[in-house]
Amino acid sequence: MSYQGKKNIPKITSDRLLIKGGRIVNDDQSFYADIYMEDGLIKQIGDNLIVPGGVKTIEANGKMVIPGGIDIHTHFQMPYRGTTTVDDFCQGSKAALAGGTTMIVDHVIPEPGASLLEAFDHWKEWADEKACCDYSLHVDITHWNDSVKQEVETLIKEKGVNSFQVYMAYKDFYQMSNSELYEIFTFLAEMGGIVQVHAENGEIIAEEQARMLEMGITGPEGHVLSRPEELEAEAVFRAITIASQTNCPLYVTRVMSKSAADIISQARKKGNVVFGEPITASLGTDGTHYWSKNWAKAASFVTSPPLSPDPTTPDYLNTLLSSGDLNVTGSAHCTFSVAQKAIGKDDFTQIPEGVNGVEERMSLIWDKAVVTGKMDENMFVAVTSTNAAKILNLYPRKGRIAVGSDSDLVIWDSDAVRTVTAKTHHSAAEYNIFEGLELRGGPMVVICQGKIVLEDGNLHATSGTGRFLPCSPFPDFAYKRVKARKQLAVIRAVPRGMYDGPVADFSPLSRGATPASSARTSPTKQTPVRNLHHSGFSLAGSPQQQQQHGPPADDAPIRPGGRRIVVPPGGRSNITSLS
Amino acid sequence: MSGYQGKKNIPRITSDRLLIKGAKIVNDDQSFCADIYMEDGLIKQIGENLIVPGGVKTIDAHGRMLMPGGIDVHTRFQMPDRGMTAADDFYQGTRAALAGGTTMIIDHVVPEPGATLLSSFEQWRQWADSKSCCDYSLHVDVTEWHKGIQEEMETLIKDHGVNSFLVYLAYKDIFQLSDSQVYEVFSTIRDLGAIAQVHAENGDIIAEEQQRILSLGITGPEGHVLSRPEEVEAEAVNRSVTIANQTNCPLYITKVMSKSAADVIAMARKKGTVVYGEPITASLGTDGSHYWSKNWAKAAAYVTSPPLSPDPTTPDYLNSLLSCGDLQVTGSGHCTFNTAQRAVGKDDFSLIPEGTNGTEERMSLIWDKCVVTGKMDENQFVAVTSTNAAKIFNLYPRKGRIAVGSDADLVLWDPDITKIISAKSHNSAVEYNIFEGLEVRGGPLVVISQGKIVLEEGTLHTTEGSGRYIPRKPFPDYVYKRIKARSRLAELRGVPRGLYDGPVCEVSVTPKTMTPASSAKTSPAKQPSQPVRNLHQSGFSLSGAQVDDNIPRRNTQRIVAPPGGRANITSLG
Repeated sequence: MSYQGKKNIPKITSDRLLIKGGRIVNDDQSFYADIYMEDGLIKQIGDNLIVPGGVKTIEANGKMVIPGGIDIHTHFQMPYRGTTTVDDFCQGSKAALAGGTTMIVDHVIPEPGASLLEAFDHWKEWADEKACCDYSLHVDITHWNDSVKQEVETLIKEKGVNSFQVYMAYKDFYQMSNSELYEIFTFLAEMGGIVQVHAENGEIIAEEQARMLEMGITGPEGHVLSRPEELEAEAVFRAITIASQTNCPLYVTRVMSKSAADIISQARKKGNVVFGEPITASLGTDGTHYWSKNWAKAASFVTSPPLSPDPTTPDYLNTLLSSGDLNVTGSAHCTFSVAQKAIGKDDFTQIPEGVNGVEERMSLIWDKAVVTGKMDENMFVAVTSTNAAKILNLYPRKGRIAVGSDSDLVIWDSDAVRTVTAKTHHSAAEYNIFEGLELRGGPMVVICQGKIVLEDGNLHATSGTGRFLPCSPFPDFAYKRVKARKQLAVIRAVPRGMYDGPVADFSPLSRGATPASSARTSPTKQTPVRNLHHSGFSLAGSPQQQQQHGPPADDAPIRPGGRRIVVPPGGRSNITSLS
Repeated sequence: MSGYQGKKNIPRITSDRLLIKGAKIVNDDQSFCADIYMEDGLIKQIGENLIVPGGVKTIDAHGRMLMPGGIDVHTRFQMPDRGMTAADDFYQGTRAALAGGTTMIIDHVVPEPGATLLSSFEQWRQWADSKSCCDYSLHVDVTEWHKGIQEEMETLIKDHGVNSFLVYLAYKDIFQLSDSQVYEVFSTIRDLGAIAQVHAENGDIIAEEQQRILSLGITGPEGHVLSRPEEVEAEAVNRSVTIANQTNCPLYITKVMSKSAADVIAMARKKGTVVYGEPITASLGTDGSHYWSKNWAKAAAYVTSPPLSPDPTTPDYLNSLLSCGDLQVTGSGHCTFNTAQRAVGKDDFSLIPEGTNGTEERMSLIWDKCVVTGKMDENQFVAVTSTNAAKIFNLYPRKGRIAVGSDADLVLWDPDITKIISAKSHNSAVEYNIFEGLEVRGGPLVVISQGKIVLEEGTLHTTEGSGRYIPRKPFPDYVYKRIKARSRLAELRGVPRGLYDGPVCEVSVTPKTMTPASSAKTSPAKQPSQPVRNLHQSGFSLSGAQVDDNIPRRNTQRIVAPPGGRANITSLG
């Protein structure tokens, strides 16, 4: 690496950058070319580029230049019961950059009952102040009513959020009922958003947790025992059913088990618009560590859905990622110190959940999938960057090396070897769940917003330089198909004459209404909620009067209790003939 | 074809003694030629050249097949619905069953809102005892869940011979139970040794879809199937399989109506789940295209839940799975309403009373669709129409098998009979038959129930009230051998660790807004003394009185160095 005419215009060089002799790798092809960047954008790609003098030049020496990674799932600086995860936006995004990730998408988690917009503003404030790379935000919908619905609309139309996560787990806390899911999916399909689901059956988990604790199992192994992978698969299946009913694109966060991944790939074969996101942890390690005799180690693996105790899971998920059945990768980076994890030292249900992975993600996938020949470098770019950009509707600004795209680039050294350890990682966590793992492949140079942030193993990240990137609704990648299906999905009634035959008397069933369903009001319903089994439909007076076996006072002719035959004026039509 | 031996001498006793000569006896495992002698409603001898008393009525089978009488595992005779009653009562219904070669039915007790399981059970017994023409048993539907229900289930199993309970995942706000409740019901059922039956449809989604379809102005019977797509059935099957696996409870899916639902069952069986699937006559014999009939009465006659699939290849597919053993038992789901009753929902499909006929057609239809087409042999036919049901519900070998000591419930089957199904000639009271015009090959020639001939030469000789209630014991071997073995293996142990003695972060217990939903119904499986524990709001707190209260705390993390130094339990490595 050398400066051309370094002494003349040293200040401008930081914004102008030339990469010479790199092999550009996009998700569709690889080719040799030079890249010239200016003001954070890629200006020219080709051979023998004409560039201004005084440009810093990097010699790639034939190494691969790939679009910077996009970590589509992080939880930096996440508040948790009065504490905060140990990696804030500065520490977290530094770790990201160190691993070759130049953009992160964090989850905004409003407390149930709190305003989504306020929570969004908080997160944005925190990130603007500290993030060292560009970022976007998903917003989690933790409760559902009319005002939430309006806030979601505002977030989509004015704030640049196009993806919202709902929880099928965390009973009595974040968990949504099937009806609420249906309504949220329907609404987001209308607004052009992406529905993300945390897929686990919270009701069964609550039962299983109680059972485990009753049996005296209080350690981290109880976490995975109470959340078997079947419960993850069940929820994925249910989410897909609802998404298919509502014609809404679905995104399953944290695919942790074979069973869940299988359900996603089957659904894709049936034509469902569904995307699956395995995370660094599920691609790189397994759940056998929950049985570690070292409590702190076992607790550091606690995340939900849990890592599968089946040690063949990572290989299986890497294969599905390579075949395109799973599409995007995140890290779900959410780190707690051992002291924080120890909140649950006597009760595994109290252990704060989350694992590290933002720094290790790119290298780990390279090592597990590219080195082993499961995928080529183009597919690698697709699953670490391009597909995420497409889903977020940021493509081709992000996720591609092309003229006009952001200059977020990584020069990838496929020969680099390093051993993951908490001693050297950039996260603030004391424990790294990949401790001791040797990974082939890693970033040599990382360029973020046109600036070199990693070079010769040194990070030069600047806190607060990260920009919020608004994501617009209706990403083509998901919605082209959804729109086409919508046009086809018109349902028509059968044109029939009026039924004019005999009608039996009946008393509407009055079931003691269960308070469960009405406890939360659903915004898409006109209040009061109409109970279809308690319809006001009645053939004789009001249903209540019917039940008391008496016609209303002003309803003069007394009707017999049994069947009654109505002969309409003009005689009967043949609509009731049985043929 | 039948003649009395020494008819004039002892005519009265003959009715209890019966000899069938020259029959090909068909059980689920083999077929062989032999004579059968019956007395007092039991099979006494099987073999050749039997020594029988004089004056015995003899039927010459001429080599025709003699098989165990059919068991219809799912009927809803005389079922009350919003002040109406299903058109076929226990008399009419069991007559229709016998006419089709079915000699035992298992009906569903559906407790009315507020009624106890026991009182409903007694009510059904009373109805059936006074009217039923063939032996019967009863499933009990669990339509709500609390402590009392659990006790009643125990009583029903121990004192009343019930070993199967149905829960509903559909009919929101009426019969539907939540996943937690289903988990608890399944746990109870497993402990008591019964079978968990599930009506599998996602009621939450259906309620939303019904509203959407009605708001589109679709009020006719086609709205019924549009609001209950088969995916919603498959989803609920998948969910109940998951819960059954979690609770190690045997599962039985009633009314398998679609390919997707059947596929989920087949897949679960391949993974080792103890699950049984019951397609019904309607799903094996017709499809849901009729919901679009321009004749409202016809379209409404097909309304049942889960609905018939509009995919016309469904019956063939289900018959194939039945033949290969992926589905095991067949019922009829017979629940008939006449057109005037259906018309309650003439302006709103969601009010149409649900149910189709099929108890009379079941045996012939399966023969026609499966045996004639070569999908299954006559032994498998016996298995899916009778034996498997007897095994699952612990009636075997009293029912479901031709063996010495078994009940004399037999059918002499004629594979060559051809019959066109029509409401004009059927034995049900309903005006419409959903199989109208269907030609089926194979049918009963003679039907023997409790050792008496009830169908001969096309004429029914039934006696109202002669049907007996057949109690069923819990823990059927066919189902529970595997469950028991798994229970023994499923023991979980905690990891023995020292106490964590490292630093512990302080936590502010944030009061979460409690949703009343979960506490509205109390769950009996929990200990009554303990209030339901909210796992996200554990009482665990560091802010109460602690041993080290004298030590001033910082707000954030605090490090506790225990006396005697730290154990290495927190070392990172």
